[in-house]
Amino acid sequence: MSVTTLPSRGIAVRQPGWIARLLDYKPFLIVMCLAPAIGLLTVFLTYPLGLGVWLAFTDTTIGQRGIYIGLENFQYLLKDPLWWNAVFYSIFYTGVATIGKFALGFWLALLLNNHFPLKSLLRAIVLLPWIVPTVLSALAFWWIYDPQFSIISYLLVDVLGVRSTNIDFLGTPWPARFSLIAANIWRGIPFVAISLLAGLQTISPSLYEAAMLDGASAWQRFRYITFPMMMPILAIVMTFSIIFTFTDFQLVYAITRGGPVNSTHLLATLAFQRGIAGGELGEGAAIAVSMIPFLVFATLFSYFGLARRKWQQGEAND
Amino acid sequence: MKSDITRREALALGVSAAALAATGASAQTASTIKAADVPAPKLAIEKGASLRMLRPVRFVQADEDVFRANADKFSKATGVEVKVNFVGWEDINQQTAVTSNSGAGPDIIIGFSDAPHIYIDKLVELTDVADYLGKRYGGWQPLAQKYGKRNKSDAWIGLPFGATAGPLIYRKSVLQSVGYDKIPEDHAGILELCRKLQKAGKPAGFALGNAKGDGNGFANWVLWSHNASLLDEEGNIVINSKETIAALNWVKELYPTFIAGTPSWNDVSNNRAYSSQEISLTANGVSLYFSLKNDPATKAIADDSEHQLLPKGLAKVSPMAGLTLNAMLFKHSQYPNAAKAFLQFMMEKDQYEPWLNANSGYWSQPLAAYAEAKVWSGDPKVKIFKDTMNSTYYDGYKGPISTATGAVSADYVLIQMCAAVATGASTPEAAAAEAEQRAKRYFRRQGR
Repeated sequence: MSVTTLPSRGIAVRQPGWIARLLDYKPFLIVMCLAPAIGLLTVFLTYPLGLGVWLAFTDTTIGQRGIYIGLENFQYLLKDPLWWNAVFYSIFYTGVATIGKFALGFWLALLLNNHFPLKSLLRAIVLLPWIVPTVLSALAFWWIYDPQFSIISYLLVDVLGVRSTNIDFLGTPWPARFSLIAANIWRGIPFVAISLLAGLQTISPSLYEAAMLDGASAWQRFRYITFPMMMPILAIVMTFSIIFTFTDFQLVYAITRGGPVNSTHLLATLAFQRGIAGGELGEGAAIAVSMIPFLVFATLFSYFGLARRKWQQGEAND
Repeated sequence: MKSDITRREALALGVSAAALAATGASAQTASTIKAADVPAPKLAIEKGASLRMLRPVRFVQADEDVFRANADKFSKATGVEVKVNFVGWEDINQQTAVTSNSGAGPDIIIGFSDAPHIYIDKLVELTDVADYLGKRYGGWQPLAQKYGKRNKSDAWIGLPFGATAGPLIYRKSVLQSVGYDKIPEDHAGILELCRKLQKAGKPAGFALGNAKGDGNGFANWVLWSHNASLLDEEGNIVINSKETIAALNWVKELYPTFIAGTPSWNDVSNNRAYSSQEISLTANGVSLYFSLKNDPATKAIADDSEHQLLPKGLAKVSPMAGLTLNAMLFKHSQYPNAAKAFLQFMMEKDQYEPWLNANSGYWSQPLAAYAEAKVWSGDPKVKIFKDTMNSTYYDGYKGPISTATGAVSADYVLIQMCAAVATGASTPEAAAAEAEQRAKRYFRRQGR
């Protein structure tokens, strides 16, 4: 077979246009693909957050532009007993409510992890308090705690006759504080229970079988299998729970508006009260910004305090 | 007073018929309002003008029906389209703030009381319209002047439309059962009465919680009736005074006579407690009386109820400030003349009188001549609200109105001072000092 070579005609291969070349340039393509997401984040997240932080360093009020005043808002807050009161109650509220939610939520998760009739229906019912809009449940608790029309007082006074007067749930500081914590626990249990239930179901039954063959009691199975295996999910759920609880606003604002005599103000409600209702946008923003260190600390503490240890994976701790 | 008339019907019938249906008083039947023959300001309405207005939501349906019918009447007469939106009371301040800060939105907003003083730099002066209306209708009442005019000036920055007050409401039969025909005017007498009411099992109850209307109303009354005040005439903070301490000591004695739970009360709590006959004495707007009167289940309570101006105590007159509707025209409006003409039109007697009557006493007039309106010769229990705007007391009394005076109310500084003493959380001296410190924070930039 003879091979003939065609004479070269010098045909120039068409070079792609600059747009095509640009679109083939990987760094440009990465920037192009990321731009919409970065733009959206900038507009809807970074800008409001940045503006909030900036406002904290100004004396802006509603209706008046402010000027930069440095740390003056924060210096004032450090001398403000109402801010300290809100710091105390925010920590107390978060601590007590989180302990309550986790104790009851974990217990509920362990119960729901067993086999029994109508298990799926019960699991769905457990979610109800979390599904109901917060304001709706807040209004329900507002009625439950009403000084004149409380259903609890009605039962104790009129039905059971064990009290002669209504309970003043919200009229004095400590009862009001605990009443709000109870409402928060009621609302938060489902989130904890369902999250921990999901975690429980990832634990291999063979571990329990082996333990039972070794003669481990129920408590030992919980202590040496369930609890360590649940640590990672506990850390994540607790982190979220602490953030949700510490930044709670709706329950407190709808039920007490921070009263009586400012005893139930959380930092979030105080920030709103000062910033929006009181018109002191700068100071309100400073109160909101003052929450950040607490949140960061709480998050790091719960994450590192509860995160998976090497020994859980069969290694020694460093 | 029940009104089932719809907006469509109101438009079909015309304003007069709407007012007649709502109030039983025809707008056209022998109005007794005297209007002086005064030349109106020359307002050349801009070509192609249209207006947007926000105002607080109605108390009664007839308020909205007649207001809308009046606005449509203006549109027919001038060709200027007017869109009126009604927003919740809680939202009006925020919407005004957004409008003011963004320089966009409605041309006119009817806000509350001190709003024009907060947004003063963003507003068009309304002096020409206000002067004309004042001359034509017997002059502006003191509260209207206080809220409508710039501090220490005759320049009008707002145009008051009306005010509502929160006098005492009490059960006649309960008072009679403990030997009283009405509430005493002196503090010792009030305290004695409240003790007797408590013994009778029908105590008094005043909001000591974070209640914007009732809570601040009670705190202001307690202070003013002891000749105490937040500010002096020059705007200096004088809340930490011997008069305030006396007022707080009185609250300390009075509080144990209240029904339990008042430190947690908000603006609806006393309405509920009074309606359910748990209490026999409180302070509230006329809305409580009407809600009782219009419900067959509670009409007997309304029949047994009576209103009385807040007791004077040491003050010369009843110290009561009315919540005032105050119209503002924003500088960003492209049609300021049309807006002024509209506000003027709405305050003229052919429009204003039917609207005032339609409100059944919820709002009281800012212009003296409208005191002759039919609404005040109806239910005698409502007549007490007629002179609401004749008061010399206002939010921030005795000083100049400012952003800070509004903020002190909004942040419940005075009511928390009273509640702290009542509940034993603070001594009167400590509570007054804390209120002073909080007020100073709000006033720190005044005059900057």
